[in-house]
Amino acid sequence: MPEPANLIDREIHPVRDRVLLGAVWAAAMLVAGAFVWLLADLLWHGAGRLDWSFLSTAPRNSGRAGGIWPIVVSTVLIVAVAIVVAAPLGLATAVLLSEFTRRGGTTERAIGLSLDVLAGVPSIVFGLFGNAFFSVWLGLGFSILSGGLTLACMVLPILIRTAETGLRMVPDDWRLGAAALGLSRTTALHQILIPVATPVLLAGLMLGIGRAMAETAALVFTSGYVDRMPSSLFDSGRAISVHIYDLTMNVAGGDRSAYASALVLIALLVLVNGAAIWLSDRTLQRKIATR
Amino acid sequence: MSRTARDTCLLLGLSVAAIVASGILLLIILFLSTEAWPVFSQVGLLKFAFDEAWYPTEGAFDLKPMLVASFAMSMLSIMLAAPLGIASAVFCRFYAPPVVRRAYQWIIILLAGIPSVVLGLWGLTVIVPLILMLAPPGASLLAGSLVLALMIVPTVALTTQAALASIPQFYWVGAAALGLSREGTLLGVALPAVRSSIFAGIMLAMARALGETMAVLMVSGNVVQLPTSLFDPVRTLTANIALEMAYATGDHRSALFVSGLALTVLVFILAWVARRSGGQVVHA
Repeated sequence: MPEPANLIDREIHPVRDRVLLGAVWAAAMLVAGAFVWLLADLLWHGAGRLDWSFLSTAPRNSGRAGGIWPIVVSTVLIVAVAIVVAAPLGLATAVLLSEFTRRGGTTERAIGLSLDVLAGVPSIVFGLFGNAFFSVWLGLGFSILSGGLTLACMVLPILIRTAETGLRMVPDDWRLGAAALGLSRTTALHQILIPVATPVLLAGLMLGIGRAMAETAALVFTSGYVDRMPSSLFDSGRAISVHIYDLTMNVAGGDRSAYASALVLIALLVLVNGAAIWLSDRTLQRKIATR
Repeated sequence: MSRTARDTCLLLGLSVAAIVASGILLLIILFLSTEAWPVFSQVGLLKFAFDEAWYPTEGAFDLKPMLVASFAMSMLSIMLAAPLGIASAVFCRFYAPPVVRRAYQWIIILLAGIPSVVLGLWGLTVIVPLILMLAPPGASLLAGSLVLALMIVPTVALTTQAALASIPQFYWVGAAALGLSREGTLLGVALPAVRSSIFAGIMLAMARALGETMAVLMVSGNVVQLPTSLFDPVRTLTANIALEMAYATGDHRSALFVSGLALTVLVFILAWVARRSGGQVVHA
């Protein structure tokens, strides 16, 4: 640690200050430069391949030619299964945490700890678990359902934590007011708390969708590789991230399609995350307006 | 239904949901353990560290090269990402003009959102050929570390930023009253005050690096060997699972679950250290 600095700090350390200034700017520009490089590379290689027919047709020749339509459908189905399962479970757990448990109490701490640990489990381990539990033990095989359920376990902690934060943001006066009006807690939740917290709940949902869409490792052994149009949830379906991986690693000459698919994936993620940010900003504004 | 009866029903329903939600973790541990058990009980723990090689179909289960590769790669990437991430946060808080700050903030957030498979694609088509010019084969420990570093810079930057934002106002006022310059405040007050939170952020970033699969799988060459230089291709624990799970059966499959379990334990230890030193779990 440096000596205690004083009034003439700047004059004492001219060299240190200048080195620090240079180093911080250099580091920041390095990170920004790498990001711009990545983005420019994606656009440069991907944009040429990207057009309407790429989105609307099936892949041909292992994805070197043709489009990604069945893959987009599979991705949407997998994410939909994950959200349909995880959202009600997540909301219910969040309500229990914020409305029915004492903050810092045993129940709250135990559930919180298990969620934090779950959030830290590596995605490949979710893949192992999903394969052993959903695909083999429950007999769902390599299917959209297996993949979706595996992702549901994975996004649950984010959904619960954001929903809990949203519900805790509702001022306690509103709960007291509802109780004073003689509303049951069920009615208060249904009519007041959840409607008020809806933008945050939706923002959390969007974050969960984004996380699920970007996932690859957990899907390779659960929803599988098949790139045909799925006819039911019990069919294997290839998610767009798995498609990018497969084109890059296993298909010689698949790079351009991989780049174009990556652009599609990033565009989807930007849309979803943009919606999440917009929704949570709106809540803050509304909160200020009601005060 | 009366009001209290309805509330009781609601509470019951919520409790069931919460039990299911927190039961998932136990279910994961249970299934990993049952799948790992056959080979574990047969060959024992020591064999995984001291067997002569990794020929899982012939009963040789040496995980050492993978463990060393995972460890080396996450250490290297954190050595690159920690200074860059801390500098990024310091840049935003102390140095950047407002317009640049907003743009840079966006870059960090967007970078945090890039899927790892896309980073892997970029690494394979851009970074690997560059390293190939230095020394073949290109796909190597170094390539993996560079891509991982770029991936975890946002984690370090965002946790450091949150830590700097949590410094009480009177620290800044006190530093100003002492006549400290910007650099004096930064080095003498701000960074020491949030030392433990920064450390926690670094631990979380390292856990993320250790658990990452796709980016590493795509750029690091996947040869099972103890690396002797930065340019050697290596195979990490995660990449090994991803590569062999597709065709593994019997003891081989079981051995992959052992490596999954080992990985989980390592990540938990890092997360626990982070928690102990006052870090927040980042759900993103």
